[in-house]
Amino acid sequence: MSNFVISVENVSKAYHLGQIGSGTLRNDLAAWWAKVRGKPNPLLKIGQDIHDNVEGETLWALRDVSFTLEGGSVLGIIGKNGAGKSTMLKILSRVTAPSSGLVKVKGRIASLLEVGTGFHPELTGRENIFLNGAILGMKRVEIVRKFDEILAFSEVEDFIDTPVKRYSSGMYVRLAFAVAAHLEPEILVVDEVLAVGDAEFQRKCLGKMGDVAQQGRTVLFVSHNMSAILRLTQEAIVMEKGRLALRGTSTQAVEYYLSAGAEQAGERIWGAHDVPVNAAPFRPIALRLRDQKGRIVETVRSVEPFSIELEYELTATVTGLRVGIYLSSTRGDQVLTSFDTDDQKRFDKHGTRNAGHYLSRCEIPPDLLNGGRYTLGVNASSYRVKRYFMDEQALNFNVDNAGAPGMQWIEPRSGVLRPRFEWSIGKVKK
Amino acid sequence: MKKAVDSSRQTDSRGWDLVISPRRNLLDLRLRELWHARDLILLFVRRDFVAVYKQTILGPLWYLIQPLMTTGIFTLIFGSIARLSTDGLPQFLFYMSGTVIWTYFASSLTKTSETFIHNTNLFGKVYFPRLAVPVSILISNLIAFTIQFALFLVFMAIFSWRGTVLHPNWWILLTPVLLLMMAGLGLGFGIIISSLTTKYRDLRFLVQFGVELLMFATPVIYPTSSIPEQFQQLIKFNPMAPVVEAFRYAFLGAGTVSFAQLAYSFGFMLVVILLGVIIFNRVEVTFMDTV
Repeated sequence: MSNFVISVENVSKAYHLGQIGSGTLRNDLAAWWAKVRGKPNPLLKIGQDIHDNVEGETLWALRDVSFTLEGGSVLGIIGKNGAGKSTMLKILSRVTAPSSGLVKVKGRIASLLEVGTGFHPELTGRENIFLNGAILGMKRVEIVRKFDEILAFSEVEDFIDTPVKRYSSGMYVRLAFAVAAHLEPEILVVDEVLAVGDAEFQRKCLGKMGDVAQQGRTVLFVSHNMSAILRLTQEAIVMEKGRLALRGTSTQAVEYYLSAGAEQAGERIWGAHDVPVNAAPFRPIALRLRDQKGRIVETVRSVEPFSIELEYELTATVTGLRVGIYLSSTRGDQVLTSFDTDDQKRFDKHGTRNAGHYLSRCEIPPDLLNGGRYTLGVNASSYRVKRYFMDEQALNFNVDNAGAPGMQWIEPRSGVLRPRFEWSIGKVKK
Repeated sequence: MKKAVDSSRQTDSRGWDLVISPRRNLLDLRLRELWHARDLILLFVRRDFVAVYKQTILGPLWYLIQPLMTTGIFTLIFGSIARLSTDGLPQFLFYMSGTVIWTYFASSLTKTSETFIHNTNLFGKVYFPRLAVPVSILISNLIAFTIQFALFLVFMAIFSWRGTVLHPNWWILLTPVLLLMMAGLGLGFGIIISSLTTKYRDLRFLVQFGVELLMFATPVIYPTSSIPEQFQQLIKFNPMAPVVEAFRYAFLGAGTVSFAQLAYSFGFMLVVILLGVIIFNRVEVTFMDTV
């Protein structure tokens, strides 16, 4: 008999777009009355296009997804924002129910969609360990047994009887992760929790995750961090627009995922359906990468300057606006974040922008990036007011090393930067 | 939108510990799951107690100040100024009994009615039996009630010592049943409202003054015996009325009670709980999509 511990069978999940609340009671009653009389729902649109994942008022976050998972395996789930990864995890962790289809699970399942869920700021670290542990599904005796271990892992021993509201954010996250890391379910569902804490703590978390996998437990791991996926999983699935696009070894999946961006060839164009409705009044049009001659390119040279431009439309006046880019390596290392109004003078002048068609261009100096593959993300927001639009993986591009410093040695250089530093060499007199 | 039937109990669910399906059996209470979450329930109770009075000077003393102040004001306004009947009981004790009882019901109802709205973040990130939250609220409120009830007993003792003749009687034995009925009514109404507020926020406002208005339809500040003949029938529909009257009769020896009316309240409670659980069960699985 097969050793499947998870079986996902034709799972779909629909979300209703638009406002929930105003007018829905009337619509609900109308729909209900039609159902009672055995007539079709008057509010449902008919003959909708089923090829896209948006149909009229309904967004299919998941469409007919099926897969099985054997006990003891670690499965990575990758995909762009909005591909349905998080929805899948939400269904697996029973936060929400599927619209159709079934999920069958063998054994205890615990999910880590966010660390520190249910932490109460007024309670002490000790009290929160118990509360959080219980919320995540641990029994009291279990927490008592592992208490010392959790405490040691969190490195906050000295503050354990202080209310967590007095903790630094780092301490808070460490304590939260320490609790989560000591869950011992047969199946663990993890979503991007590693994107917290400092580098050293992240390493510790990855190590702990690796341990969990080695203990023969089943792990589902969602991440944008391709190096973490490659390190922790042997198998992965790629999601695209709510459907399962590919299942294969992690290497295959990561390659598929990265090359899905390569078709874009130096340019990313957003159609009307690609932009969430709540992005208004901001509407991205295109993100382009240009070399120093102004050509749209997919590969830039490390030793030459290039520019990144974002074309967008504002349908209303926006105040405090900043439009910018995220740069990261496709292995998941963050390189930099930069906004067009980072400069105070420019912010004073362009912080408020009227409705219209705009282009924000950023010049990248030569001798900055090391060779390799990079991902550009975009963000348009008004600080502390609203994030209009964000796409962390809008465009992938390559940087070519030819002519960069140190190329006489063919060994690969680690690191994302490849600057041309002025070294001076001299003899020190005794 | 396609809707699949709940096939969790049909084919090949054998050998699986958990089947996640679009719909759940309406009366599938999963009480066993709730029982497994008992540690969590107790920790929620503890959290509510510890957290609420942190950074207050008087701390848990507020549990005593609240009923004392309310009783004092009621005695002043309804007793001394409006001169409402108290069935011949000392005004202070009369109002206090009403306040203590009513507070348990009212706070159980209002707090459980906020279950989904107040826990959106938590519910959106992790699964545990959602009923754990309203149940923990009932328990926290029960502890608060016990404290306030002890205060009431202290005042009863003071009054008898100073010569007031009170007639506590065997009806006292019904106290646990009365508490159960209030808890049940509070929980039932509370979870119905909390389930519906995930979609229709209007109900939140209704609860706020609805509970206040309901108090005036319940013999809290007046005895049933003082109600004019033509309204006597009307008040009998209020399931809380017999509970308050029975409680008062049991401890103070004055009031209008009958088993028939208590049975009506009990039945009412069962219906409300049943309805509440059915609605709660349905909303629980998808409320994250609408809240």
